[in-house]
Amino acid sequence: MTVASAEAQPLLQVRGLRMHFPVTEGMIARRHIGDVKAVDGVDLAIQRGETLGLVGESGCGKTTMGRCILRLEKPTAGEILYNGIDIARLDRRELVALRRRIQVIFQDPYSSLNPRQKVGSIIGEPMMVHGVEKDPRRRADRVRELLSVCGLNPNFADRYPHEMSGGQRQRVGIARALALNPEFIVCDEAVSALDVSIQAQIINLLEDLRDKFNLTYLFIAHDLSVVRHLCQRVAVMYLGRVVELAECDELFDNPLHPYTKALLAAVPVPDPAVEAERAFQPVRGEVPSPINPPPGCVFHPRCPLAIEQCRRVRPELRELRPGHWVACDVVS
Amino acid sequence: MPPLLEVKELHTEFRTGAGVVRAVDGISYTVDPGETVAIVGESGSGKSVGALSIMRLIPDPPGRITGGEVWFAGRDLMTLSEEEMRRMRGSEIGMVFQEPMTSLNPVLTIGRQITETLEQHRGMDRAAADQRAVELLGLVGIADAKRRLEQYPHQLSGGMRQRIMIAIALACDPKLIIADEPTTALDVTIQAQILELMQKLTRQLGVALIIITHNLGVVARYAQRVNVMYAGRIVESGAAAALYHNPRHPYTIALLRSVPRLDRPRPPPLAPTGAPGQLSACFRSHELDITAGAA
Ligand SMILES: Nc1ncnc2c1ncn2[C@@H]1O[C@H](COP(=O)(O)OP(=O)(O)O)[C@@H](O)[C@H]1O
Ligand SMILES: Nc1ncnc2c1ncn2[C@@H]1O[C@H](COP(=O)(O)OP(=O)(O)O)[C@@H](O)[C@H]1O
Ligand SMILES: [Mg+2]
Ligand SMILES: [Mg+2]
Repeated sequence: MTVASAEAQPLLQVRGLRMHFPVTEGMIARRHIGDVKAVDGVDLAIQRGETLGLVGESGCGKTTMGRCILRLEKPTAGEILYNGIDIARLDRRELVALRRRIQVIFQDPYSSLNPRQKVGSIIGEPMMVHGVEKDPRRRADRVRELLSVCGLNPNFADRYPHEMSGGQRQRVGIARALALNPEFIVCDEAVSALDVSIQAQIINLLEDLRDKFNLTYLFIAHDLSVVRHLCQRVAVMYLGRVVELAECDELFDNPLHPYTKALLAAVPVPDPAVEAERAFQPVRGEVPSPINPPPGCVFHPRCPLAIEQCRRVRPELRELRPGHWVACDVVS
Repeated sequence: MPPLLEVKELHTEFRTGAGVVRAVDGISYTVDPGETVAIVGESGSGKSVGALSIMRLIPDPPGRITGGEVWFAGRDLMTLSEEEMRRMRGSEIGMVFQEPMTSLNPVLTIGRQITETLEQHRGMDRAAADQRAVELLGLVGIADAKRRLEQYPHQLSGGMRQRIMIAIALACDPKLIIADEPTTALDVTIQAQILELMQKLTRQLGVALIIITHNLGVVARYAQRVNVMYAGRIVESGAAAALYHNPRHPYTIALLRSVPRLDRPRPPPLAPTGAPGQLSACFRSHELDITAGAA
């Protein structure tokens, strides 16, 4: 089953994606004792120009999804179609071309920027590697332009990462991702390490850039509150699977999956008057190990609605309202 | 009723290569018995240094408490001997930090870490301490206490470890707990479990709580009063409801305006707008580049 609408061909289509990491034991004769089922059967489609949010708690497989799309991992099963072409089957030359079109922005601007490199060469490097803007003068101009597009003074090209604040460093990371004029950017927790006021600015920047350059984003975040502003649609992951997928406002205003409800209820609203009135019971238990996920619905051990069937039958995504998909056989 | 804790004009500095950092620059506030007070502010604003100063846990050098008084239950903690202060920590005042892994001893079982506290501070014998440890685990919502007490910290999840820290903090019936970003490292559903637990227990046992956080949602739900810190100072303080609905300091206004909200559709522009001149004057020289880096 694919969760694609009848619209135009999506820019990115993920079908039946599985990424299992083998777990071994023993130092010499490594015995295979199981698999971490980091991604365990995901279907997704992203339209050109769209921002899809991918949310869920740590370890649910968000980063692994992103890495598969970037071809930093080779999936165990399933396909990833970019513009209709399976990226697993690309030859070297095609892969290089793909790497220009798909870029990534990481969470931690500290560790993803080389501390000994000046900002100018950090941003210019992808251009060197890919042989664009070979002329140093023009490359330097382009770097200055990118800095200014990202809201930084062009003179920052001469600075080192440690001479900048966290927010400024994340702008450098974004400028670097833009250097090759990509179409698609995986933002993996791109604002998670930043203070709220800086988060807001970076999200606004990502939004401006999306409009200016017609970018498509996969916006990965564990923090739901940053997602609502930027994304058109949101997918909620739990233990390697997508449990709910809907238009952004629909998902936040009308969550249907018990896990999504628990996740939303767990985030207190910054308003004491609202919180004083709001009674809630945190969902019990913790996320089980992805090595031995529970049978049936992976959420059933923590689910307040679980019935006998949930222990046996793995729920598929069903379209309960137009465009609103839920992997739960109990809610309707 | 006099306050349980009264911090008066507390100053703490660090001497660094780049000069003296006034991490805490004259903060004053009070905490009443049984009350939950939040300290909120962005990273680097001095929240942790402020809390560590109260406990006199500032590494010297490079740090030094250069002035101020901290009155707790009728005594100025700044005048206590090291020995008296050691007795204070972990018995009268409990502590819970962001990363329990760094405060738990990796080579001692959970049980031993709890009983050690009880033996040291309460003079219990081993049997009594063992029994109290089981009780404490029950209190913090850990089932199968017997098995858990024999485990080591690395065998537990982050949420479990934080429950253990809360058990240790409560072990000697403290009057005050200082929790520094106690749930920041945890997933949201676990965050909610831990915060609800802390709220329930502090109410049930009548313990006062200072909760340090950068999360304004957490403050709104759990605190009665709030102190907003910026650049080593408390720039605004008051009852939570009043402060949220009628913030006065431009920093508080900017902070509240910048929090994304889940319960509302797309809000107006997230970044603080109005009066940039005023804001930049107020935010100069800090990591917080509300205006400096804006596109
Ligand atoms: N290279 C790897 N080898 C083994 N396990 C891995 C590897 N990468 C990720 N995992 C595991 O896969 C699961 C999903 O991880 P990840 O995709 O990083 O989650 P998220 O980004 O949602 O926090 C986790 O249990 C993680 O420990
Ligand atoms: N050991 C230290 N040496 C030098 N400066 C320090 C040290 N610890 C904290 N600081 C400085 O004190 C200020 C306040 O830090 P902190 O209290 O940790 O902030 P917060 O907890 O609000 O994020 C920061 O500018 C920080 O760099
Ligand atoms: Mg991740
Ligand atoms: Mg801190």
